[in-house]
Formats: sequence, C-alpha cells, structure tokens
Amino acid sequence: MAEVRLPTLLRVHADGAASVTAAGSTVGELFASVTAAHPGLADQLIDENGALHKFVNVYVNDDDIRYLDKLETPVTDRDVISILPAVAGG
Amino acid sequence: MSSFAAPLLRLTITQHERIVAHCYAGLPDEACGLLAGPVIGPLAQREATGFVSEVYPAVNADASARTYTVDGRDYLRASRDSEARGDEIIGVWHSHTHTDPYPSPTDVSSAVDPMWVYMIVSLRDDIPTLRAFRIRAGEIAECQVVLDGG
Repeated sequence: MAEVRLPTLLRVHADGAASVTAAGSTVGELFASVTAAHPGLADQLIDENGALHKFVNVYVNDDDIRYLDKLETPVTDRDVISILPAVAGG
Repeated sequence: MSSFAAPLLRLTITQHERIVAHCYAGLPDEACGLLAGPVIGPLAQREATGFVSEVYPAVNADASARTYTVDGRDYLRASRDSEARGDEIIGVWHSHTHTDPYPSPTDVSSAVDPMWVYMIVSLRDDIPTLRAFRIRAGEIAECQVVLDGG
C-alpha cells in the first residue's frame, strides 16, 4: 500500500486524515482506490475528461507526474504520493 | 465590509525583510513565496493563529511580470518542512511590481483556500508596501499586519 498525502484543504473529504493508504500500480489506480473510499475527493482530483485536475499537482516522491506519465505513472508500495493545490495569481 | 474575520498577522522584522528582498530580487517579474504557521480548531473551522513561523521564498514558475505560480517543488519542500514542525502552510505572498498591494481579479479568482492569508507587496513606489488579505468566495477582507522584533 502506498501513502497518499493530502493537502489540508482536501482533508475534510477524507475524515480529516492527513494521509491515506491505497493499493494500485499506477497513480490512477491509487486515486481510484482513494476516491472509492472517499468519494468527496473524486471531483477534486480528476476532471470531467478523466485527466488530472489542472488545479492540483501530484508528486511521486519528489517528481511531478505531469512530467512523468501523468495518471499512468507507476508506483510501488514504498512511494509517497503528495497532492498539493496549484497556487497562482496575478 | 466582509462578513468573515481575518487574523492579526504577526511577522518578525527578519521575515518582513526576507519577503521584501525576495520581491526585489525577482524584478522585473513578480516574486512569490509561502507562509507557514500554527493552525487551530476543528477541521471544518480551522484557523491560522496569525503567528508566522516561517517564510519560504519560491520560484515564480510563470517568470512573468503579470502573473505568478508558486513552483510546485518549492511548495512541496515548504509543505514538508512546515508539517515537520507541526505547522501548516497558511498563506502565500507575491509582489505587484507596478500596482497597489491589493488583490487583483486574478488573485481573487485563483484563491485556493479560504483559511489562507494572501499577502501582497507593492514595489510601485520607492518604499515597498505590504498588505495581507483573506479571500473567500470572491470576497476580500484585509488582515492587520504587525511587525514583531527578531
């Protein structure tokens, strides 16, 4: 089971947990597992086209999955997946 | 007038200097960074105390004079560091190079977390001006900022 760390903004959708564990061999599979257990997270992570929502960044350890294989990025049980909101303005 | 309370934000003089110096160093582009501090209260009503334990200068991934995006890896590092000390990221700061230190429409529409403080440093005049705000559902409330010693 890999660890998925949630930003404080999203913890309300996971009963307050700072991190959850999930099974899967890719980030997408992990997210499917996480959102099955915590349905409120689904709209926060995945957009209407099934892609990673543009307002969140996801890291496998230190690497942004947008520069890897996005939701197809492989993961192992030793990986820590971090979800952070994109922070921007003008 | 806004209908929500905003915390009194306490910055040390050293933190203020680091923020302003990073803003000048970023010219001609906007500069940005993150604020960390303690958060109290139940999850649905969590609230920053206003104490700032650390400021984290970050790269503006946009490299733009008009917009900023906090570099994701800088955010990741700041998040890990603040959580290791029992704090959270409580806000973000950025510079306005030629306009007032007041949230732009882009700042308001991009505000991610209703608990966060949005600090803006204007470099328009010879003396930099720093102000801080809460932004909730498009509504803006100003936070008082006090400078403590240190």
